[in-house]
Amino acid sequence: MHANFIDPFHARDSLLHHVDPRVKLVLAVAFILTTALLPPAAWPGYILVFALILAVAIASALGPFFAIKRAFLVLPFVLAALPVLFTTPGEPWLHVPLGRWALTITAAGLARFASIALKSWLSMQAGILLAASTPFPQLLMAMRALRVPRLLVGVFGLMWRYLFVLADEALRLMRAREARSAALAGAGGSSVLWRAKVTGYMAGSLFLRGYERSERIYDAMLARGYDGEVRTLPLPPMARSDKAALLVGLAIVGSILALEIWVG
Amino acid sequence: MHIAPSTFGGAIEPAMHIPDGFMSPAVSIILWIAAIAGVGYALWRVNRELDERKMPLMGVLAAAIFAGQMLNFAVTGGTSGHLMGAALATILLGPWASIVVMTAVVSIQALLFQDGGLLALGANLVNMALVGSFVSYAVYRIMQRLVGTRRWGALVSGFVAAWLSIVAAALFVGLQLALSGTSPASLALPAMGGIHLLIGLGEGLITVGALALIAATRPDLLGATGGARGGSNRGVVLAGLAIALLLAVISPIASGNPDGLEWVAEQLNFLDAAQDPAYNLVPDYVFPGVANEKAATIAAGVLGVLIVFGVALFSGRLGRRKDAVG
Repeated sequence: MHANFIDPFHARDSLLHHVDPRVKLVLAVAFILTTALLPPAAWPGYILVFALILAVAIASALGPFFAIKRAFLVLPFVLAALPVLFTTPGEPWLHVPLGRWALTITAAGLARFASIALKSWLSMQAGILLAASTPFPQLLMAMRALRVPRLLVGVFGLMWRYLFVLADEALRLMRAREARSAALAGAGGSSVLWRAKVTGYMAGSLFLRGYERSERIYDAMLARGYDGEVRTLPLPPMARSDKAALLVGLAIVGSILALEIWVG
Repeated sequence: MHIAPSTFGGAIEPAMHIPDGFMSPAVSIILWIAAIAGVGYALWRVNRELDERKMPLMGVLAAAIFAGQMLNFAVTGGTSGHLMGAALATILLGPWASIVVMTAVVSIQALLFQDGGLLALGANLVNMALVGSFVSYAVYRIMQRLVGTRRWGALVSGFVAAWLSIVAAALFVGLQLALSGTSPASLALPAMGGIHLLIGLGEGLITVGALALIAATRPDLLGATGGARGGSNRGVVLAGLAIALLLAVISPIASGNPDGLEWVAEQLNFLDAAQDPAYNLVPDYVFPGVANEKAATIAAGVLGVLIVFGVALFSGRLGRRKDAVG
């Protein structure tokens, strides 16, 4: 079994897949920033933002529910925002009796909580669509265009290349642990400390295998003329249609924001 | 095979990677600036101190940490312990290379797997790459001075460093959520701190196991000083200590005085106008006893730290004697 399934890229021949990665990265960040800047309980604004991301999802040919479903991964973290239900001052909306105590959910608290959850869910869809429609080497190119330091982009690139190799390594380690750990059904093996120690040994050997592999990779790079300098191809020019897409995208998120802040 | 694709999606570490939507734009942008400054400085130091094999080394080790976060062990009732890796990377590579490695891990998780948001990436970098590495390094160095640099000392120091790095990062998450008005400090700080005092134990145990294996098979990687290389990094020790002290003092004050952080946020205009909490500058419900209570909380925290150090010191001495005999 290989860890290929962790690659989030989904190859399609769609409009979104053909957009320049620099445009996609900038617009994804602009979308998330716009969503963050919308005030709480700005429902019309949220609907516009949702319509926008839905349109992008349809343009990705991945199916309209692709990002919507995956974005529910954000749910566990929503717990962190739960207290605003009770602490936001406002009109009481619901009393929750808890034995001797009672919690009061305010209407304003409910609106604020729903806003946080919605914003988070909407923002995540932008990230999902970006990762699903852009191969990683193109994202690296976009990062270089945005002046991320070369050494860092080089580390990102090497990390990506060996991610699958080391994830395979981790899967093999876990398979070996399963194969060697006999346990009665329902019983959890030996003590927690022992299990932690075994996992620690696995992490250590994963680290060592990575370390030794990096030495071999360095030798191979040296044999091919590596001199410590990270060299890259010049960035390709942006097509006129991509520049237009960038402007249109920024105009749309800008007008949603303006509409919500000055009119709404 | 208990590994599901969802394991990569982020549900395993719900509390550490902040998604988008939970932080106010102002807090996100300030933390982005802090992250760019910190990571930029680390890159500059790495460029200066490490030779040309640094790039493959850091790239592959970032992949190893990412894959290492897949490893987990059952604790009880469906919960499991797993690795963040900042402490392990810091002990084996030094603080600056560790910051670069963790930056790669956290950025790729955000960019490709939505494990943490893009606007929130600055905050996540500050918490996991900068605070994680600084606190690990400072604690490791100080512990080593207390318990020695032999094998036993390295293991005890590694455990405490890994444990506290998780707690510090979690408290930072709590502070950021409180500053953003997402979660009141009185709840976010004790909850994040308390849960991660437990979760951090898992990090500590895995780190110790990894260090023990490396000490046995490749002792050269830990070096004569028992790891955490990088020469004179007094500044990092001080920075890490400052972070720890800041947290030790701020956390009880902020969580004991729920309006404190929100008041700061209000003054700095972090909170949305719509929320409009009418906090008073000097709340009239401050009793003389509250101040003492706060002082008591801080004193308890300091006492707790001293006890941990005491136990560590004692077990370290014990271990050193064992090393000398064996």
